[in-house]
Amino acid sequence: MEGSGVVTVYGNGAITETKKSPFSVKVGLAQMLRGGVIMDVVNADQARVAEEAGACAVMALERVPADIRAQGGVARMSDPQLIKEIKQAVTIPVMAKARIGHFVEAQILEAIGIDYVDESEVLTLADEDNHINKHNFRIPFVCGCRNLGEALRRIREGAAMIRTKGEAGTGNIVEAVRHVRSVMGDIRVLRNMDDDEVFTFSKKIAAPYDLVMQTKQLGRLPVVHFAAGGVATPADAALMMQLGCDGVFVGSGVFKSGDPAKRARAIVQAVTHYSDPEVLAEVSCGLGEAMVGINLNDDKVERFANRSE
Amino acid sequence: MTLVGVLALQGSFNEHIAVLRRLGVKGVEIRKPEQLQNVTSLIIPGGESTTMAKLAEYHNLFPSLREFVKMGRPVWGTCAGLIFLADKATGQKTGGQQLVGGLDCTVHRNFFGSQIQSFEAEVLAPEVASKEGGPETFRGVFIRAPAILEAGPEVQVLADYPVPSNISTSPYSSGEEQKENVEQSKVIVAVRQGNILATAFHPELTADTRWHSYFLKMANEIAETSNSQLQLQVNINYSQKQLNELPIFQ
Repeated sequence: MEGSGVVTVYGNGAITETKKSPFSVKVGLAQMLRGGVIMDVVNADQARVAEEAGACAVMALERVPADIRAQGGVARMSDPQLIKEIKQAVTIPVMAKARIGHFVEAQILEAIGIDYVDESEVLTLADEDNHINKHNFRIPFVCGCRNLGEALRRIREGAAMIRTKGEAGTGNIVEAVRHVRSVMGDIRVLRNMDDDEVFTFSKKIAAPYDLVMQTKQLGRLPVVHFAAGGVATPADAALMMQLGCDGVFVGSGVFKSGDPAKRARAIVQAVTHYSDPEVLAEVSCGLGEAMVGINLNDDKVERFANRSE
Repeated sequence: MTLVGVLALQGSFNEHIAVLRRLGVKGVEIRKPEQLQNVTSLIIPGGESTTMAKLAEYHNLFPSLREFVKMGRPVWGTCAGLIFLADKATGQKTGGQQLVGGLDCTVHRNFFGSQIQSFEAEVLAPEVASKEGGPETFRGVFIRAPAILEAGPEVQVLADYPVPSNISTSPYSSGEEQKENVEQSKVIVAVRQGNILATAFHPELTADTRWHSYFLKMANEIAETSNSQLQLQVNINYSQKQLNELPIFQ
């Protein structure tokens, strides 16, 4: 397109449709994950436990967010060898995290053939200003958001799936609720808005007008929207579903608890039967110890969610 | 009023219900065995077949699903649903997974490889196109899609697809099947056997409603011949929230 002297409009080939994997196919895999649970795992054994429990995908990591929080230091992409081992151990899709703005980590992850990249604020930032241009990749990306504007900015950059940021590794659902409420609330406001007001609204939330308009027409985000960050119990997971999410990420919540296999299974069932309190009650019984939670009123706790805009 | 059940354990069940709604048909979410008694036909959507199998197992859905298929009620499986309906599946997780069965064929799970190898293609399905009208080809969205390697004599092939050359790099195929695949030039991606319809791709992700209407007609034919039990289901409480659907990319 460059130098051809043609003004290219969004969606006219250059920006949204790239290489062999059109945006619709990228969104498609995410649609297959709907109503499912994606679990953080650090080795092949945990991946098998997650698959056996009914997770619809696993996130391959070296350290779960709770450990990243506890140990500090710079958190980077996991060793590709570990990710490969996890991928060989299971048949469900495997995701892996790359640092925000670190497009070479994303290239490496694409090269080893994993199914999804999470451009994650849980890892240390690589670029404080820019996210990865995700249109340049054949592999689909999932990105975090705290509000509607952030979600739509990530989608314009090429994210095929959105998750709320929450506050990873805390076992505290409060931030995830805040972020889901913020996104859903903004969408409800948008739906009742006059078309003339959408221009100013787009400016206010700093999001591209066409995506804001599409969101208004659909009455939801134009890609699959999962909840993440702080989910520790089946009830937390069902809460996220009832607030309107399409599925749930569980990070430290499963494998930092007393009985991971049982808890994983309970959370999977809770997401499927999220609106059935009887099933929720049944699966919530006797799960053993939940992960230790962190009170977010403590100033010393670092907020991962605020690392990127 | 026809009620179509959609197995709503995990996956693209909302998309199926949205397409049915566009055709003026109510789709009902099925999560428990007893809910199957309220519907006359069933769609098993795409999703993670391992996950769906696990959830079906937790709630003891398999016996009733098998019963449903055996009774000759119309069933349609897309992608993961196809794997569910097959008598035999290869390329599964260690320890295998339970299947519903009923469709006399062998399916290779994730035949087309992982997410990077997912693709869209025009699929030729003359039988469906001639019944439903419209263009000869269908937009097939293949997402970590399975394929049918062998089909029994009873099975009517509705569509096949030339095997792409990048299959050999698929990390999912095991060595022995690999050789087989290279020699085959085409794999089957849509079949019908009696009342069972199965597709490896996802018609529910496209704006094309012809596969759904083909399935509904199939279901109606059967209902007519078996002296229409459909009338019984008039007063079913349909209290589902109207869900907003994702965009369909043209």
